[in-house]
Amino acid sequence: MNIDNINTIELVKRTLPRRNRNQVILKGLGVTAIIFAFMMLVILIVSLVSSGYKAITQTHIEFTVFVDPNKINLEKLPRGNFRGVLQDSLLAYYEGGLANREKQQLVKILSNGAQFELRDKVVANPQIIGEKITLIVPTSDPYDQLSKDLIDRDTPEEFRRLNNDEIQWFDSLAEKGMISKPFNWGLILNADSRFPELAGLKGALIGSFWALLVCFIISFPLGIGAAIYLEEFATKNRFSNLIEVNINNLAAVPSVVFGLLALAVFIGWFGLPRSAPLVGGMALALMTMPTIIIATRAALKAVPPSIREAALGVGASQQQVVFGHVLPLAMPGILTGTIIGLAQALGETAPLLLIGMNAFITSAPGTPLDSSTALPTQIFIWSDSPERGFVSRASAAILVLLGFLLTMNALAVYLRNKFERTW
Amino acid sequence: MTTLAFVLVIVFASAGCFINHRSAVSVRNRGIKLTSISLYHGLFSLFLVFIPVLLLILVWIVLQNPLIELYISQTLLQEHLLNTSKGEKDLILAEIRSIAGDRIFGEPETWKLNAAAALVGFQENASRFLVVTVTILSLALIIVARSRVKEKFKARQNVERIVSWLMIACSVVAIFTTIGIIASLVVETSRFFSLVPITDFLFGLNWEPQIPIREDQVAAEGAFGWIPVFVGTLVITAVALFISVPIGLMSAVYLNEFANSKIRAVSKPILEILAGVPTIVYGFFAILVVTPAFRSFGNTIGVDVAPNTALAAGGVMGIMLIPFISSFTDDALSAVPKSLRDGSLALGATPSETMLKVLFPAAIPGIVGGILLAVSRAIGETMIVVMAAGLIAKLTLNPLDSVTTVTVQIVTLLIGDTSFDNPKTLAAFALGMMLFLVTLVINIFALRIVQKYREIYD
Repeated sequence: MNIDNINTIELVKRTLPRRNRNQVILKGLGVTAIIFAFMMLVILIVSLVSSGYKAITQTHIEFTVFVDPNKINLEKLPRGNFRGVLQDSLLAYYEGGLANREKQQLVKILSNGAQFELRDKVVANPQIIGEKITLIVPTSDPYDQLSKDLIDRDTPEEFRRLNNDEIQWFDSLAEKGMISKPFNWGLILNADSRFPELAGLKGALIGSFWALLVCFIISFPLGIGAAIYLEEFATKNRFSNLIEVNINNLAAVPSVVFGLLALAVFIGWFGLPRSAPLVGGMALALMTMPTIIIATRAALKAVPPSIREAALGVGASQQQVVFGHVLPLAMPGILTGTIIGLAQALGETAPLLLIGMNAFITSAPGTPLDSSTALPTQIFIWSDSPERGFVSRASAAILVLLGFLLTMNALAVYLRNKFERTW
Repeated sequence: MTTLAFVLVIVFASAGCFINHRSAVSVRNRGIKLTSISLYHGLFSLFLVFIPVLLLILVWIVLQNPLIELYISQTLLQEHLLNTSKGEKDLILAEIRSIAGDRIFGEPETWKLNAAAALVGFQENASRFLVVTVTILSLALIIVARSRVKEKFKARQNVERIVSWLMIACSVVAIFTTIGIIASLVVETSRFFSLVPITDFLFGLNWEPQIPIREDQVAAEGAFGWIPVFVGTLVITAVALFISVPIGLMSAVYLNEFANSKIRAVSKPILEILAGVPTIVYGFFAILVVTPAFRSFGNTIGVDVAPNTALAAGGVMGIMLIPFISSFTDDALSAVPKSLRDGSLALGATPSETMLKVLFPAAIPGIVGGILLAVSRAIGETMIVVMAAGLIAKLTLNPLDSVTTVTVQIVTLLIGDTSFDNPKTLAAFALGMMLFLVTLVINIFALRIVQKYREIYD
C-alpha cells in the first residue's frame, strides 16, 4: 500500500458525503419537476371540472299555464301572444300588486325559449287552448346562476346581476317547490343559441362527426397506401427520399398553416363552401396523414421478416405477401395509430377557425356541406362570449371533448393490448 | 344527385367485380386454364371501373359550377356586367348564387332572378347528365373488363400494376400537400407585396393592420411591419421554454436514471396526458385560472400585470411542452451506449455524477434537437395564444406586458370577412409564409442534429 492510495481513499471518504448530498439534490429536483407537472395536470382537471359541473344541471321552473283563448287564436297559429300567456300565468303566483315595469322584470325569470316551447306544444295539440297545462321550462341565465350559488347574495345590489326583488321572487317560487334542477339534456340535444340556458352541443357534435368522417375516409386509405409503398416497395432513391422528407416536415408544420392552405386552395380556388365540415375534414386529413403514415410504417416494420419469407417461399407474389399476410398482422398497430391520429384531429381548432367553422349557427348540419361548428370551435365561441353562463357551458363542453378523447385513447390502448403480438 | 353518382360508382364497380369473378369461375369450370385466380379477374374489373369513373366525378364536381357561372356571366349577364369591377362582379354572382339557393334578401331585379333560375336549371341538368355519363361509362368499362376474362390475360399482373400506381399516388399526396402549402402562401403573399412594399413588412416596427375596408370608415392608417409581432412570439416562446426546459429535463433525468420501473411505468403515461390535451383546453385554462392568478399575485406584490400578460400564455404553453422535452431528453439519454454509463460507475462515480458528467454531455445534441423542435412548436402554437395573449402589437421584451404573436394575428385577420383583395387578409398569408419558413428551418435543423447524433452511436 503506497501513500498515494491512502490519500485517495481519504479523499473519497472526505468528499463522499458531499457527493451523496449532490445526488440527493439532483433526485429531489427530479421529483419536484415531476410533482410540478402532475400538479399542473391536477389543477387543470380540477378547475375544468369545478367550473364545468355546474352546467351538468339546468335550473327549470314548473308552473301551471292557462292557455288563454283571448291571446292565442286557433286560426292564427302558429302566431299568437305566447309571451303574454306565460307572463299572466307566472304572475298569478305573485302576491301583491305590481307596477308594469316590475312585472316585465319578474317575467325575465323565464328563458327566452319558453314561448317557443309553449308555441310548439299548442301547435302540436291545439285542443289545449282554453285549458290549464303544466309547463316545465328552463329559467334564464341569471336565475340559473343564482340557483347554483354563482351569484353571491352578499354582494351589494348595484354590483349584482339580480336585484333584491328578483332574488326574493325566485326564493318565493323555490319555496313553493316550483324550481327544479334536472340533468341538462339540452347541453347535448340543443344546437347553439344566443341564450346560454338554451345553448347546446348538438350542432358541434354532428359537425365534428362529419369532419372526422371525412378526415378518416381521406387519410386512412391514403396514409396506409403511402406507408405500404414507402416501407415495402419503394427502392431507396431520390424520389422516395423526397417523399420521406416531405412527410417528416408535414408532421411538424404548424396547424394554422394547414388552415391557410384550406382557406386559399379549397375555399378560394376550388370554391368549396365556407364553414363546411367537408373542408374542415379535408384540412384535418392532410394533418392526420403523416401521423397515420408514421404509425403504419412502425407497425409494418414490427412484422418479422420470417412471415414475408415464408409466404414468398410458397410462391406468393410481393403484393400477395403484403396484402395477405403482413398487413393483417400489422392492422392492430395501424388502427391504434389511426385512432390516436383521429383523436388529435378531434381536438384541433386553428385550421377550423380559419375556414370559418366558428360561425353562429343554430341548427345541426344535415350534410357535410352545410355550415356548422365543431366541438373545439364551439368551445372557442362560448369561451369568447361575455355571458357568465357560457363559461360553465364551455367547461362542460371541454369535459365532453376530453371524454371523447379519453374514450378514443382507451380504445387504442385496448386494441394494442388485445391484439399486440410479440414475435 | 352527386351522392347518387358516388353510390352508382360503388354499385357498378362491385357489380363488375362480381360479374368478372363469376365468369372466371365458369371459364375454369369449362376446363380452360386461366393464368390468375378468379379473384384477380374480379378485382381487375373493380379497379377498371372504379378509378376512372371516380376521377370523372371528382373533376366534374370541381369544374361544374365555375363553368356554369362562366357561361351565364358571358351570355345572360353580359350586358349587366359590362362596366363593373371584379369585386362588383363577384358580389353580383354571390347574390345570384344565394337566390338560387332560395335565400332571397329584399327584392332583386328581374334579370338576377332569371340568371338564378338559369343557374338552377343548368345545375340540375349538369347533375342529371353526370349520372347518365357515369352509368354509360361504367357499363362500357364493365363490358371491356368482362371481355378480358380470357385464357392468356394476366389479371394478377395487371391488378398488381394498378395497385402499385395507386400506392405511389398515395405517397405523392404528401408532396402535393407541401406544394399546395407553398403555392397558396407564395401566391397570396406576392399579392400582398404588390400592395405593401416588402421592406415595410420585413423591417417595419409598427403593426396596425386595422385599415379601413370601406372608404368612409374611420380607422388607422395601417402599418404592416412584422417585427413587433415576431418579437411578441419570441417573448412568449421564451417564457414557455423557461418553464418547460428545466422541468422537462429534470423529470427526464429522474425517470431515466433514478426512478424504478414502477414509477416510470406510472409517470410516463401521466406526463403524456399533458401532451394529449387539446390546445384549446390549455387556452381556456389560461384565461380561466392562470391569468387571474398572475394578476392577483401581481396586485399583492404591487406589480402591474397586463390583462393579457405574456406570462400566462407562455406559462401554459410551457406546461404543454413539458412532456415533449421530457420524452426527447429521455430518448437521448437512453441512446447513450451502456458502456459509457458502466464505465463511469465502475470508476466510482455516483449515479448523479455519471448523469451530469457523462450521460448528459453525451446526450446534449439529442436534447438540443428536442428543444429546437419544442421552439418550433411554441412558435406555431395557435389556440393558447389566440385565447390568452393580446391583440395589439407592442415592441417590448417585458413578459408582464401584453404582446401578440404571429399566429394570433393570422387568426384575427382571417376570422370574419375574407375578401382576397384586401391587404388586411393578405397580410395573414404573408405572416403565414414567415411562420412556415421559420418553423421549417428550425425543424430541418433540429431533425438534422437528432439524426446525425443517432448515427454516431448506432
